[in-house]
Amino acid sequence: MADYDIPTLKEEIDRETVEQVLALDVDKYKYGFETDIESDVAAVGLSEDTIRFISAKKEEPEWMLEWRLEAFRRWLTMDEPNWAKVHYPKIDFQNISYYAAPKSFKGPKSLDEVDPELLRTYEKLGIPLKEQAILAGVEGAAESVGTPFGANVAVDAVFDSVSVVTTFRAELAKQGIIFCSISEAIREYPELVQKYLGSVVPVSDNYYATLNCAVFTDGSFVYIPKGVRCPMELSTYFRINEKKTGQFERTLIIADDDSYVSYLEGCTAPMRDEHQLHAAVVELVALDNAEIKYSTVQNWYPGDKNGKGGIYNFVTKRGDCRGVNSHISWTQVETGSAITWKYPSCILRGDGSRGEFYSIAISNGYQQVDSGTKMIHLGKNTSSRIISKGIAAGFSDNTYRGQVSAHAKAKNARNFTQCDSLLIGDKCGAHTVPYIESRNGTAVFEHEATTSKISDDQMFYCQQRGLSDEEAVALIVNGFVRDVLQHLPMEFMVETQKLISISLEGSVG
Amino acid sequence: MTTPVLEIRNLHARIEDREILKGVNLIIPPGEVHAIMGRNGSGKSTLSYVLAGKEDYEITEGEVLLNGENILELGPDERAAAGLFLAFQYPIEIPGVATMTFLKAALNAQRKARGEEELKTPDFMRLVKEAGSQLNIDSDMLKRPLNVGFSGGEKKRAEIMQMALLKPSLAVLDETDSGLDIDALQVVSKGVNALRDGQRSMLVITHYQRLLNHIVPDVVHVFSDGRIVESGDKDLALKLEAEGYANYGGEAA
Repeated sequence: MADYDIPTLKEEIDRETVEQVLALDVDKYKYGFETDIESDVAAVGLSEDTIRFISAKKEEPEWMLEWRLEAFRRWLTMDEPNWAKVHYPKIDFQNISYYAAPKSFKGPKSLDEVDPELLRTYEKLGIPLKEQAILAGVEGAAESVGTPFGANVAVDAVFDSVSVVTTFRAELAKQGIIFCSISEAIREYPELVQKYLGSVVPVSDNYYATLNCAVFTDGSFVYIPKGVRCPMELSTYFRINEKKTGQFERTLIIADDDSYVSYLEGCTAPMRDEHQLHAAVVELVALDNAEIKYSTVQNWYPGDKNGKGGIYNFVTKRGDCRGVNSHISWTQVETGSAITWKYPSCILRGDGSRGEFYSIAISNGYQQVDSGTKMIHLGKNTSSRIISKGIAAGFSDNTYRGQVSAHAKAKNARNFTQCDSLLIGDKCGAHTVPYIESRNGTAVFEHEATTSKISDDQMFYCQQRGLSDEEAVALIVNGFVRDVLQHLPMEFMVETQKLISISLEGSVG
Repeated sequence: MTTPVLEIRNLHARIEDREILKGVNLIIPPGEVHAIMGRNGSGKSTLSYVLAGKEDYEITEGEVLLNGENILELGPDERAAAGLFLAFQYPIEIPGVATMTFLKAALNAQRKARGEEELKTPDFMRLVKEAGSQLNIDSDMLKRPLNVGFSGGEKKRAEIMQMALLKPSLAVLDETDSGLDIDALQVVSKGVNALRDGQRSMLVITHYQRLLNHIVPDVVHVFSDGRIVESGDKDLALKLEAEGYANYGGEAA
């Protein structure tokens, strides 16, 4: 009996999860503060002038402005999609501001020029930005300074429309890795941006993606050169702060031949009565034998308990396994937003390429989630794997929508899909909508789906052992999502387990 | 007189319109093991659920004192922290939650509720090792999700292990012998007997006398139609085994 495992990190986390829940008071959304920073905000409304304003603010080259305007003209001809199982009043796109930047943000990033209020905001978010030393220009600081997650993580922080700080850049540059804001990439690396921007999600892909092309303000850019294994996690933190602003970020990640990168994305917003729009586009390109691991913990404000306020999250995320034996893996934890409309997808173009999608989607209150993935098998011997865990509580609706298709040339395409739904209470709904399509006799697609409820017997059993209602639910739900949690980088697991408990608070009793 | 570990006074409980417990009276002093025997449907399992605080039942009359404190107003988790443990007849599966994780969560939740420090991991591991040693529970079993895919014997051993770890002042064992072959029954009984320490009290609910050869009770009660109708020493169990429940009214099982 001497060979018991040292308690796993997970157990520690479970304990923290429970502490976190107990520490919470009335307001369960702990990121609901706003930061009082003077902002430079574009006038409300959307026109070609708005786009010229954004482009000018960003000091963009002419080709970028043209690209935006072209997208805007396309967008004007398009209709808002309505096929998702989500309901919301029509969005007035003329009543949104498309650009907000902290006023004190200008020019080269040094500690003195970062608004102290802003730094405090990130501290509240659990991003202490200890890289202040780096920003202050202390030699050697990059080697010694900790990061938001304690481990090796480089962070790009996007505040409303502007990337505020990108850390560890010098460190990464030594290996030829580019990690910067997309605005900067447009100015500094135009060849790379022009070659890949819009190559995975075309300008006219869908209503929100096209809108994003026209008005995107900032986001992250990553390029991993051939043969390089990125030595640390790259991370972006997105935060919407200003009232009535939309956030339209754009992320582009390119992994050249034989390279590897793991990228983390986190999102929060203040609590506001009115809805705010978030319409991002993320494009991933994996060339020959390259691997990209993209993890998201989405915790936008979900609205209050009556369904008032909250973020509309209409996001287009797509990865292109362009090279042979390339590999893209999406892992997402969706707990926030009033409405989530999101399908991180993989185009399996290269022979032998592999796509994965691991998802935890939690909805409570009046949240509506319509999320899933698309695995498009184009190359030979391509494989994909989908594990989706939906948890619905309160009055929420939680839909998994997934497409798996094999084209005629996709010999030996393989997919395995598992969709599990867990219902808490009897006022919520879980739905699974798979689209499976094969034009190739050698393709093998498997689909498994289950729906279950947390039973009274499970609750009673846990309580009899001393767990409170909420501890019991947190434990059972953490067990339910375990298969997916294991795919998250360590740095995100802690946060995720806390989030799961927080999101489900008040769902029992 | 020392305070009894358990005192039940004139307990009446119903589920919907049906009265199941019809005036139960029972006193268990510290360190004693009492057995309740009765035919199926006599209300024995209901008594265990009512003691543990399952929501489905409505208490219409009576009191239940645990170490002198009325527990009827407490939730199931509060009763657990106060020292009541129920070994389930059918232990519930908790998918994805490793047995070890569950044990730690349960133990720390109870400690916290009692205002005690949460256990440091090395101390916890030591306790788990102690609790598992009598019951042939190895580290492999502790890594598996609780009760998922466990055999009947494994489930009951896991229950007794939890009891050993949580150290209740009152353990209620609901049909712990059901689903056990003779070897498993011996292992489980040995585990239970190891927890008889002169202070801890037990209420052993069973249909058959055979369990009581292994866990020898101080007092045997016959349960019929929602109440205790006769009490005696362990020989009463043998008499019941020989004569059946027919003498206690109702139909033969």
